[in-house]
Amino acid sequence: MTDRFAKGTWVEIHRIVLPAGERAPQVPEDTARVPLEMRVKGFLAEPAVIGAQVEVITAAGRRLRGTLVEINPAYTHGFGAPLPELTMIGSEVRSILRQRGHCR
Amino acid sequence: MTREPAYAEIMAEQTDIVRRSIGLDYDRYATGAIAFDYERLLSDTGYDIAEVHAVQRRTAVGDTPLVELENVTALVRSFAPTNKGARIFVKDEAKNPSGSFKDRRASLSVHEAKRRGYEGVAAATSGNYGAAVASQAAKAGLRCIVVQEALDSHGVAQPEIAEKTRACEAYGAEVIRLSVGPELFYVFLRVLKETGFFNASLYAPHSILGIETLGLELAQQVRARTGRFPDVVLVTHAGGGNLTGTARGLAKAGATDASVVAVSVDLAGLHMASDRDFNRKSFTTGHTGFSLPFTTWPDRVDVPRSAARPLRYIDRFLTVTQGEVFYATQVLAELEGLERGPAGNTSLAAAFAVARQLDADRIVVVQETEYTGAGKHPIAQLSLAKRLGVEVSRGDPAGNEPGRRIVIPEHPAQLRVVEVDLERVRKSYLRNAVAHVPEGARLDDADFTYLAAETRTSVSFVQEAIHDVLRKAG
Repeated sequence: MTDRFAKGTWVEIHRIVLPAGERAPQVPEDTARVPLEMRVKGFLAEPAVIGAQVEVITAAGRRLRGTLVEINPAYTHGFGAPLPELTMIGSEVRSILRQRGHCR
Repeated sequence: MTREPAYAEIMAEQTDIVRRSIGLDYDRYATGAIAFDYERLLSDTGYDIAEVHAVQRRTAVGDTPLVELENVTALVRSFAPTNKGARIFVKDEAKNPSGSFKDRRASLSVHEAKRRGYEGVAAATSGNYGAAVASQAAKAGLRCIVVQEALDSHGVAQPEIAEKTRACEAYGAEVIRLSVGPELFYVFLRVLKETGFFNASLYAPHSILGIETLGLELAQQVRARTGRFPDVVLVTHAGGGNLTGTARGLAKAGATDASVVAVSVDLAGLHMASDRDFNRKSFTTGHTGFSLPFTTWPDRVDVPRSAARPLRYIDRFLTVTQGEVFYATQVLAELEGLERGPAGNTSLAAAFAVARQLDADRIVVVQETEYTGAGKHPIAQLSLAKRLGVEVSRGDPAGNEPGRRIVIPEHPAQLRVVEVDLERVRKSYLRNAVAHVPEGARLDDADFTYLAAETRTSVSFVQEAIHDVLRKAG
């Protein structure tokens, strides 16, 4: 059975604001081909399942409607692995300064 | 489900929505077909710079440290001609409450929203400004909504903007994340209309007055430290507010001889409204995708008249490459112990080449830093670039090609600047001005005087350039 999430759960909703074909006239072709989408987080106003049309109460106290897409959404941005293109820069510039007697 | 109003429907209400949300009748300032009284627009706010400072001090905004970059200066002198290599300083704006100079812009706007009795504030921004407004609103007890362009059509978030989303939410703001497109403004207008919140526009008079303190502090700090005003102030340039406010603040400090230099990351070839190009820019601000259109026509913003009018203040306009900025960011961390940026380090990248040409007793100031964090870091940007097929390599940064190849310099002597031809920029501004003359109206003397001030030229230059535009248009 699909999980039902309680009223007051922190969630994210998704909505199509402008479908492809109804975008602003000045957008380039690749952008015009896709819809304008919106994602907002808030507290579920009523119990609901993923994929349902729901209402949330946002951090600013507004009631917004959309499709329930995520429960307690995580922040997944990070740094990633160190890059060889950057890791040598420090020792290179320190070595220039050392040659000039400026640092250790 | 509720019906979404059509794009054209909301845009038709733009003037009314904006007027209500900012509580300012811009028509009062018109002095010609396109001319308006810029100084009066600013002075009518009723704040002088001392009052702005007082407001900012109440929320710990401003009074940031000026740091001399002695090791970077020594590095530049290692390859500069004899007796060349100016002293380089940086104004460490990352020390502001939300981590960037944008707190200065937000502080006065939020103060004003509170004073006038608005229940909340809203801002259209994907950058540090969102966090600044959210932080100031939290302190003032106002609600806050930030509208961001955050994702491409595959749902891939630009990592730097993902971090801004998190920061805004940490300060208790509602964040509306949108996919790519200029219709962000349409969504923003809907938010203003539905909520009646104050439009904390980046381009309102309060926002610009809030930055003047940065220029003033910087000039006073340099003089206190060295006995003289700075010779060159390098400003990371996008929408023009940073440059306008800083230049005005320098003038108020009496540092009228300081050369104000705009610096942007060159993103030539990438389209700012393209879904595909969105995540291939590797920069979210400080780039030519903003600075060129905003310099050649400032009034393309969320208020009828932008208070950011950069062409009035620019002495030189330079571009640097993406790879040069990432390199400078790494050098700042490893030689000066300051992990900052990356986007705010655009002007730092230019400092290498600018200081190299100047006498060793000259003073160059990089006028901002911004905080660094998850997503907001060269590693995060370059990792995403690689994942999307952008080549990342070491080499001569002249080979950098936005969206295709990011070249990280191999030696600090490879960092250079490319001069933007200001004469062309001025003519482009005047072409735009002609295109914006309302139907049936004619340019008169007030307009020519205004356009001369806007472009820092003369009435005769303006008349000649406009004559040329009209002749070419037949």
